[in-house]
Amino acid sequence: MITIRRFLVPALGVAVGTVFLTMAATQQKSDRSQADTAHELARTLTHPATPTKAPDKDGFIRRWLVLEPIGANGLTQSVVQATVRKEYFPQQFTLIPHDGDKVNVEGTDLRWHAIDTRLYNVNLYHFAYALGKPTSNVLFWAATVVHCPKELTDVRLAIGSNAASVWWVNGKEVIGIYGDRQTVIDDGVSKRLTLKKGPNVVRCAVVNGGGATDFCARFLNKDDAPVKDFTVNLGVGME
Amino acid sequence: MKNAFLAAVLTLASLAFALDGQIGIHDPSTIVLCDGKYYTFGTGGSSLVSDDGWTWSRGVAPGRRGMAPDIIHIDDRYYMYVSANIGAQPKAAVNMISNRTLDPNAPGYKWVEGGVVASSDGIEDCNAIDPGVFLDPTDGRLWLVYGSYFGYIRLVELDPRTGKRLNPNDQPRNIAINCEASSMMYHDGWYYLLATHGSCCRGADSGYNIRIGRSRKVTGPFLDHMGIDMIKGGGKLFVGSRGRVVGPGHFSLLDLEDGVQKFSCHYEADLDRGGASVLDIRPLLWRDGWPVAGENVKEGTYEIESVRTGTALELAVEGVPVGGRSRMPRRGGGGGGMFGGMDGVIPPQDVEQVSQNWPTGNIDLRLSNYMLQAQQKWTITPVANAGGYPGSPYFKIMIAGTDRALAATEEAELETVPTFTRTPEQLWRIEQLTDGSYRIMPKAIPNSKETLALSAVGSSFATLSRFDFKSDKQRWRLNTP
Repeated sequence: MITIRRFLVPALGVAVGTVFLTMAATQQKSDRSQADTAHELARTLTHPATPTKAPDKDGFIRRWLVLEPIGANGLTQSVVQATVRKEYFPQQFTLIPHDGDKVNVEGTDLRWHAIDTRLYNVNLYHFAYALGKPTSNVLFWAATVVHCPKELTDVRLAIGSNAASVWWVNGKEVIGIYGDRQTVIDDGVSKRLTLKKGPNVVRCAVVNGGGATDFCARFLNKDDAPVKDFTVNLGVGME
Repeated sequence: MKNAFLAAVLTLASLAFALDGQIGIHDPSTIVLCDGKYYTFGTGGSSLVSDDGWTWSRGVAPGRRGMAPDIIHIDDRYYMYVSANIGAQPKAAVNMISNRTLDPNAPGYKWVEGGVVASSDGIEDCNAIDPGVFLDPTDGRLWLVYGSYFGYIRLVELDPRTGKRLNPNDQPRNIAINCEASSMMYHDGWYYLLATHGSCCRGADSGYNIRIGRSRKVTGPFLDHMGIDMIKGGGKLFVGSRGRVVGPGHFSLLDLEDGVQKFSCHYEADLDRGGASVLDIRPLLWRDGWPVAGENVKEGTYEIESVRTGTALELAVEGVPVGGRSRMPRRGGGGGGMFGGMDGVIPPQDVEQVSQNWPTGNIDLRLSNYMLQAQQKWTITPVANAGGYPGSPYFKIMIAGTDRALAATEEAELETVPTFTRTPEQLWRIEQLTDGSYRIMPKAIPNSKETLALSAVGSSFATLSRFDFKSDKQRWRLNTP
């Protein structure tokens, strides 16, 4: 029973600044003497430390660029579709962002953060919370670039998200799942698609109502087995 | 005004075929028995009490009000675990209180505070509410699962002698994620974790549904039928919305006598009660190692088939072939010969017509090959204001289209009487068993205190005998006739 979860924005807005994510997490943890040792902020999301990142053993993509959250309300199909089709910043469906890039949304600068997740999923609650941003009634934009050594045909994008989400591969919308839902592996699966040789852009918009929020994504082959012969390169991790 | 409206809705709704009485509750605890009465406790200090598990009324608030309590009876005490947010979510704590009795009028009724057994600090990935307490039948160890979105469902061990946390410094184990209202049970070498997915508290727009994973160890990992760990969002659907109810949540096991298992839950919205959140009790079935939500018996006409013999319960009268003997094809006759049938459609047997040859008084029963005949079809109907048992009212069982009713005799045998008169021996308790078959028991046997069940005896007769969970003799299938 969690009545409040669904209706109120949790009062979690402790400012930690929009600084380097892991530093923010560490700082935040030290600021909170009562913090439980099981607190996962710093453990699930880190800044990329290598130029490329392979998918994990189950094919999950663990490197993403995530934009700081934008306020959004509503999880029904029509509302989510309207939410994601609104133009928040120029070239939002074609832009390949870089770590640290800023966009201005309705007068507020929001920053793209390159992150690696240590789990199969990207915990957006951790992400926003570490940045002192709201976690409820928000829209997250995320993108990644998958580099394929050869063309891959008849693959499917398979995702899970908390809550609603819409997904694009190389600019084409391929998945939309709606309503207040939890992240379940392979919850939403695209029709068959082709990943071209070289870079392919995967983009998503995740809308959360309240409470936890996260997503996971991988590609499946024609046998529903994870696709793993690609790497993710976001132009980070080389410093 | 709002409460008056709710009361009116519930009163009107009690006419519907579901649990009876005042059954409005949210997040009900495990139903426990105390001195012959059933009790359950919900969010906000609500409680319900029932003499029979069918008709419920408002009870007295426990010693601590909070969210989604759970309760267990160990030795001479009832331990209740009550959660509450103690700041902005997800900062929360689960407190234990205990009592020797749940009857507020009984001597010794006093809630005793037992302290905090689990908590979340508002930062960690857990919201320490929605406790579910589980006594492991294999070794007597006591466990508590808890959590609600904001991260993990967690498991801690309790001391069965005190109900308190066994080792407060031990780190809780994470066993599932992003769900709530978790509960555990054990069956045939497996531990089952049941948790509610989806959202609550939105009436008919609530997506609540109960899902399961299982493990060979109480500590997990709990995998669903596809091998997905519940800590990665897995979970096999146990029960979702159906019929006139939306959003089942907060599973609790109700283990009755003789191996009969049921479960309780609440629905976020009962459409027949104006969308109110209500309690329900339903059969728990097992199929291929997984629990399945059964259905309480619904009014209808059935063939009552013995699992023991595969034959049907019928009046001991001479049957007439459907279509009549005069229409039976004869060797060398007209039409298409002996396998060609007769012209036209043969209608269902007219009970008014064939029953003219039946005795007018009491008629015995027997088992026979089912042939779609009138003396083999039974209409099962709930009887209003006759009491019930957990999940259902008593039923009358009548030959379809007649007033002739099944009854127990004082010799613990069976007969049918020409007219239903509401006597206890004509009222029947019909419960789905864990394999999907049914146990059928008279409310009472004249001049007897024995509790007996409808039973096959030999291949062709039926009687009343003690229920044996391991035997097929007292198992019956209700088939569409």
